[in-house]
Amino acid sequence: MSENIAKAGRHVNQSEGLIFEKSSPGKRGMELPPLDVPAVDAAKALGAEYVREGVEGFPEVSEIEVVRHFTRISTWNYAIDYGMYPLGSCTMKYNPRVNEFVARLEGIATEHPYQPVELSQGCLRVLKTLENILAEVTGMDAVTLQPAAGAQGELTGLLLIRAYLESKGNPRKKVLIPDSAHGTNPATAVIAGYAVENIKSDANGEIDAARLVETVNEDVAALMVTNPNTLGIFEQNISEIAEILHARGALLYMDGANMNALAGIARPGDFGVDVMHLNLHKTFSTPHGGGGPGAGPVAVKKILEPFLPTPVVVEKDGKFALDHNRPKTIGRVKAFYGNFGVLVRALAYALAYGPGMRQASEDAVLNANYIRKALEDVYELPYKLPCMHEVVFSDARQKKNGVNTMDIAKRLIDYGFHPYTTAFPLIVPGALMIEPTESECKEECDQFIDAMRSIAEEAATNPELVKTAPHTTRVGRLDEVTAARKPILRWKPGQ
Amino acid sequence: MRYLPKSDSERREMLRAIGLESFDQLFQAIPEQYRLKQTLSVPGPLSEMEIIEYFRGRSAENSRGYTSFLGAGVYHHHRSVVTDALLQRGEFLTSYTPYQAEISQGTLQAIFEFQTLMCQLTGQEVSNASMYDGSTALTEAVLMAERLTARQRVLVARTVHPEYRQVLATYAKNTRLRIEEFGFTSSGQADLDAIRKAVDDNVAAVVVQSPNFFGVLEQFPALAEIAHGCGALCVVAIAEAVSLGIARPPAEADIVAMEAQSFGLPPSYGGPYAGVIATKEKFVRQMPGRLAGQTTDNQGRRGFVLTLATREQHIRREKATSNICTNQALCALAATIHLCLLGKRGLREQAGQNVAKAQFALAQMETIPGVRRAFTGPVFNEFVMEFPRSVKMINAELLKSKMIGPMALGRFYPELTKRGLVCVTETTTREEISRLVDGIDRALKIPV
Repeated sequence: MSENIAKAGRHVNQSEGLIFEKSSPGKRGMELPPLDVPAVDAAKALGAEYVREGVEGFPEVSEIEVVRHFTRISTWNYAIDYGMYPLGSCTMKYNPRVNEFVARLEGIATEHPYQPVELSQGCLRVLKTLENILAEVTGMDAVTLQPAAGAQGELTGLLLIRAYLESKGNPRKKVLIPDSAHGTNPATAVIAGYAVENIKSDANGEIDAARLVETVNEDVAALMVTNPNTLGIFEQNISEIAEILHARGALLYMDGANMNALAGIARPGDFGVDVMHLNLHKTFSTPHGGGGPGAGPVAVKKILEPFLPTPVVVEKDGKFALDHNRPKTIGRVKAFYGNFGVLVRALAYALAYGPGMRQASEDAVLNANYIRKALEDVYELPYKLPCMHEVVFSDARQKKNGVNTMDIAKRLIDYGFHPYTTAFPLIVPGALMIEPTESECKEECDQFIDAMRSIAEEAATNPELVKTAPHTTRVGRLDEVTAARKPILRWKPGQ
Repeated sequence: MRYLPKSDSERREMLRAIGLESFDQLFQAIPEQYRLKQTLSVPGPLSEMEIIEYFRGRSAENSRGYTSFLGAGVYHHHRSVVTDALLQRGEFLTSYTPYQAEISQGTLQAIFEFQTLMCQLTGQEVSNASMYDGSTALTEAVLMAERLTARQRVLVARTVHPEYRQVLATYAKNTRLRIEEFGFTSSGQADLDAIRKAVDDNVAAVVVQSPNFFGVLEQFPALAEIAHGCGALCVVAIAEAVSLGIARPPAEADIVAMEAQSFGLPPSYGGPYAGVIATKEKFVRQMPGRLAGQTTDNQGRRGFVLTLATREQHIRREKATSNICTNQALCALAATIHLCLLGKRGLREQAGQNVAKAQFALAQMETIPGVRRAFTGPVFNEFVMEFPRSVKMINAELLKSKMIGPMALGRFYPELTKRGLVCVTETTTREEISRLVDGIDRALKIPV
């Protein structure tokens, strides 16, 4: 270990095989109360052709073994609870524990989606309250909470645009997507039935409004813009862009993945956005959980409201109900009413801050700019405009010694940090995309800066050390090529 | 604010280091007229105590104290406290998608175990790392069938969950897919004759659910044979996964789309749950969603990575197999922990108890004058009863005795008025079943 590594030290962690390898016939980790009705022979009751034997290969282990198994393997993960997790565009902020507590309350976690609305007033009030908060934060008129994640929010947004344009007589043919966009944007447009036209960013990393005027015609349904964009830069011409689109009957879609820079600071609804999604697992602190579940609500202007997915929560005289009768709806994008448990957590977060979420945005932007300032003399800054909540460097200087962004990222692990996002956005070759969020104190930012500066030094003086990192993890760099060429996707006995 | 780890003096120090005079300058990139002047009009701020108080208040406005006989795609099963305790370890809860494999081996190994369990349960060869839920998994399974067959007609049983079919319709609307529905017979099962007549060489998939929306188990071998006979794929949805502890797995199917909520996830008013797609090895490159694979590190030690990412949208962009980015990792982890606790014997016992309770409840219901079983097919833990009066009227009476009665089917099947779907699980006691039967009996005796 380098003496420069202040944040992390070595410690012993447990080895652990697969749960299937611990199995022995007869062990079990859960017991049920005795059956209080007559037992039945399933083969007789259902017919032998409908019944199976026990599940072949299923584990047989005791409760303590399950607890140790998952505890041991959990310690092989890095997590926000350990320290800074500066994955750009992922907004890895603190996940408050009270959110977990309230989502598990009896009367919240236990509720069934088909129970009568008169026995669901609490759930419906939660949904309506969150809708109102998100509408206020985004400056939009209406919100659907149904989409399960950001990508489904995008799809919902494009289907809304399509339904609206269809109602005007022409759904149009294509969606414009900047080259700096998230990969989900083009994949989503295709599912919504649109062709994708990529548009190039200008020298500042922004959308070129002058070029846009020439591109937008009667075939264009919408532009999908991420703002702040994936370079962490606020699109300064955003309202001009909205005007260009609106003048030709097209709409402006905003990917709200980076809303953590704007909450309480500026509202997309005020600068011309017609429809946007939010990632509640980013801006509103619901836990990423190793990759989901999330929630991707969509906020819209009035013109799109008639097309929202059904059902819609309605309030009348202090009573809540679900309106299924919406003739212009795009339909349903997910069973039931969205990821309710995630929505509960997001509401708990919003209530904790209230209007003070402005301070969270400010701290997030402060942290990003502080890190940028402290590193811009050692890492190449390809785009010089002021950044918001994240900063994107490139590995151009370190490349001269054969060290790329992935190597630096892996070396950062040895220093006790999770890596930043590597190689994205695509318009920056060898990108280092750093989003600290508001959850990092000054000390953690300083340690990160020290680590990054130390790695830059190593890249110059001892590039091999960086290129072969990480050196302190349980496993070294893994063979991804063989994993993809000869996939082993499940355990089998004797494997 | 308790979540923010900076004092004002630290903030000013950092601002000075950046070379700015005021915090407003941090936002100089935002045109002046769009910077919010007023304070957001939102409730809060609330302390931890007030937040708990707020949600306790909401829970009191819900169904606490009521006994429910609802299923219909969301099931009340016993969940071990161990599952929740382990799920809330920060290493699982507060980590992201395991892109950096060296420091994500916990999540990756758990996904690998999840994939294995799903294969064992479904009788399929490969499973993905999870999708949003059962409804979107089924939709993705149909899109996958279209890619595999290059055909566009899809035959879907009306006995598939109505909301799953609605989601499929939303996704299919702007594609070339043509969704056609087929009916059911007096057994409550998919009408095989109708499918035989409908299939031709434009059919991409024949889609059924088992147990279906009426709780009835479907006949996989016959369905698969019809589908395969015309070169189509057989797609099977499973909404009640506990059934796989005792019911024949859909091994003959080409793609299985499953909802794993029953494995340790609370109803939570409709989500979050975990969808699953499982399929044959030969179809894996057209399967959407993340996948964990086993490999070795630079010193030959076993490890796990996300693999076959070339199917995914961050690489393929508009040519990706799906636009889905996240899976439902934490929900899949809950299912994994839950199934490891239950184990081979526990799952079998649980599934057997569900069958026994359903058989008992069914027999008791049939003793009520005028009430009869609507379909003759084999059921797992749900069944449809036909009543002499509207289900709505019966339920209004049951609510007075703090019972949430059968789900009225008329909402989704206009021809099935006076039919109600009843669900019992291992959590339903004999005493509760008796109360339900008595309550229905009483309701039917009230003079009109």
